[in-house]
Amino acid sequence: MILKPRLEDIKIIGFYLGKIVFGLALTMAVPIICGLAFKEFNPTLDFIIGIEISLILGLVLTNLCRTDKDLNWMQGMIVVSLSWLVAMVLGAIPLYLSGHWKSFLDVCFDAMSGFATTGLALVVDLDHLSYTHNLWRHLIMFIGGQGIVIIALSFFVKGFSGAFRMYVGEGRDERILPNVIHTSRFIWLVSIVYLFLGTLALGVTGILEGMRPVNAFFHGACIFMAAFDTGGFAPQSQNILYYHSFTYEIITVVIMVLGALNFKLHYHLWQGNRKEIFKNIETVTLFFSILVTFAIVAVGLSESGVYSKAFLLFRKGFYQLISGHTGTGFQTIYAAQFGQDWNNLALVGLICAMALGGAVCSTTGAIKMLRLGIIFKAFKEDLKRIIMPERTVVIERFHHIKETFLNDKLARAALMITLAYIILYLLGALVGMFYGYPFLDALFESTSAAANVGLSCGITSVDMPAALKVTYITQMWIGRLEFMSVFTIIGFLFACIKGKK
Amino acid sequence: MKKHFIKLAISCGLFLFTAVQIAAAATVSSSELIANASQYNGQIVLYSGEVVGDVMARGDHAWINLYDGKNAIGVWVSLALANNIRHTGSYRSSGDKIEIAGIFNRACVEHGGDLDIHGQGLRIISEGRQLSHLFDINKRNSVVILLGVIFILWILTLFLRR
Repeated sequence: MILKPRLEDIKIIGFYLGKIVFGLALTMAVPIICGLAFKEFNPTLDFIIGIEISLILGLVLTNLCRTDKDLNWMQGMIVVSLSWLVAMVLGAIPLYLSGHWKSFLDVCFDAMSGFATTGLALVVDLDHLSYTHNLWRHLIMFIGGQGIVIIALSFFVKGFSGAFRMYVGEGRDERILPNVIHTSRFIWLVSIVYLFLGTLALGVTGILEGMRPVNAFFHGACIFMAAFDTGGFAPQSQNILYYHSFTYEIITVVIMVLGALNFKLHYHLWQGNRKEIFKNIETVTLFFSILVTFAIVAVGLSESGVYSKAFLLFRKGFYQLISGHTGTGFQTIYAAQFGQDWNNLALVGLICAMALGGAVCSTTGAIKMLRLGIIFKAFKEDLKRIIMPERTVVIERFHHIKETFLNDKLARAALMITLAYIILYLLGALVGMFYGYPFLDALFESTSAAANVGLSCGITSVDMPAALKVTYITQMWIGRLEFMSVFTIIGFLFACIKGKK
Repeated sequence: MKKHFIKLAISCGLFLFTAVQIAAAATVSSSELIANASQYNGQIVLYSGEVVGDVMARGDHAWINLYDGKNAIGVWVSLALANNIRHTGSYRSSGDKIEIAGIFNRACVEHGGDLDIHGQGLRIISEGRQLSHLFDINKRNSVVILLGVIFILWILTLFLRR
C-alpha cells in the first residue's frame, strides 16, 4: 500500500532545500567580486539580484519549514533532485538579465547544461559576453561537477546522518573518507589545488600563444573549470578551436582525464599509492575503452579521407574522442563538421565513447567505467562457468581500491543502471527523430545530453523546437543524478496523488 | 640579368593570377564555408566579419578570429597585416569589421587539421569602438526593492524564532 506523504515530509524536504539554496546564493558572491574587479557594473547588479532572490527563497523555505528532524532516504533523494531544478532556475536568473539568451527556457537549458557539466549551449553572441557572466557559466560547472549538495554539506552542515543520503542521491555512492562531510571537503581541496595548477599552466600557455595576460589567466581559469569538471563550456564561441594551439589541447586533455578519474583514486594517489592507477578496474577499463573506441573513430576518419596526414587524423580524432569519453564536450572542430567530415563509423565510435563515460565518483556522467568493468567481469564469469567442468567453483574478483569479489547483486546493479542509460539515450533519439532529424544525428545529440558530454553535431541551436530543449534538459538532469533520486521524486508525486492516508 | 627578368615575370604573373582570383571571389559566409568545406577547400575566398577576442601573435604571423554573426573562423595572417587591427570584439568594445582575402582550408595541414583561412589581404570595412554600458536604473531599483524584502523577511524570522 502506498502512503500519502505527510506534511512533516514536505517540511523536512523544504527546510533542507532552503539550506542548499543558501549555499547556492553564497557562490554568487564570486561573480560579484569578479564584476567589481573588472568594473562591469550592470553584470554585477544581475548577480546581486540573483543572490537576493536566492536568499529570499532560502529564508522563506527555512522559516516555513523549520524542523530539527533528520532526513530519511526518500526525503534526501527528493531534496537532491529538487535542488538541481531550483539551482537551474536561480542560476539562470543573472544570465537571463544579461540579454544574451533569447528566452528563459534557453537560459534554463544553459544553466542545467552548466550544473550538470554537459556543455551544450544556446547563448547568443558569446564573444561579447561580460567576464562576470562568463565566469558564472564556468563556475556553475565547477559547482555542479563537485555536486550542488556538496557545497551545502561543506559549508552549511555540521554533521547529520541525512548528509550521506543527499550525497548518494547526487550520483555518488562512494565515500572517500569515513565522514561524508570530510569527503565533501576533500573533493573541494582536490579541485581547488588542481584549479590553481591548471589555471597557471593554461594562463602561461595563453600568454606564450599571444593572448593578453588578463585574458590568458581568465580563460585559463574558465577552461580549467570546464575541463576538470568535464563540462565543456568555453569563453569564446569557437570553443577550444579559438586558441589554435596544440599545447593548449595537450593540457586540456590531461585535465579532462584527471576530471574523469575517481576522487577516491585521487585520494590514494595523493597518499602516495601510485600503483593503484595501474591496478584499478576503472582506469584499466578506461584505457581499453579509449583504445577500442579510438580505433573505430580512426578507421572511420581514415575512410572518410578528410585528414590527409595521420597526425592530423590523430590530433582531431583523439581530441574529440577524449573530450567525448570523459564527458567534457570540448570541440576543436565545428559542430557541422561531424555531419559532413565524419562518416557514420567515426560517429558511432564517438557515440559509444560518450555513452560509456569516465569513473564513478568523478565529475563525469554516463554509464561509467566501474559498471562496464563489472559487466565485463560478469560475462567472463558466466563464460567460464560454461566452459569449465560443472564442479568447478568459478569466482571473479576485481580491484577497485581494494579487492572485491564479484557477486550477483553488484552485477545486477551495474546492468540495471546501464540499461537505464541506454533507454534514456534511445528515448532522446526518438524525440529528435520525431522532429525530423536523422537517426544517427538524433542519437548523437541525445547521448551527448544524457551522458552530460556536450559535443554537438549541430542539432542544439536556438532555433530547435522547445519540446526538444525540454527533452535535453530532462536528460541532462536525469543523467547527472543517475536515475535514483529522479525515480524517487516521481514516486513521491505518485504517492501524493494516489497514496492513502 | 635574364634570370632576374624571368623571376620578375613569374612573380608578376603569380601576383596577377592571385589578384584576378581575389577579384573573382565573392564574399562567403561562415555557414556556407563550413557547410561546403570540401567545395571551397584550397580556393581563394573573401570572408568578412568582426575581429573577436585577442589577436594572437605567433612569430611573424598572427591568429585572428572573425565572427560574421553565425560563427567565428580563425584567420592566419602576417603580423604586418594584423597590426592594422585597432579594436577587437569583447564586452567592452565592438571589434573592427574586416574583409579577408585568403586561401580556405577544410583541414589545414600546417595547423593541425583546423578549418581556417590563410589571409593574403586584409581590408578594414569599419573600425570598432568602445561600447558604453550605461548604468541600468531598473536593475538598481530591483536590487533596492529585493533588499527591502530580505530585510522584512529577516525581521519576521526573528519574530518567529521568539
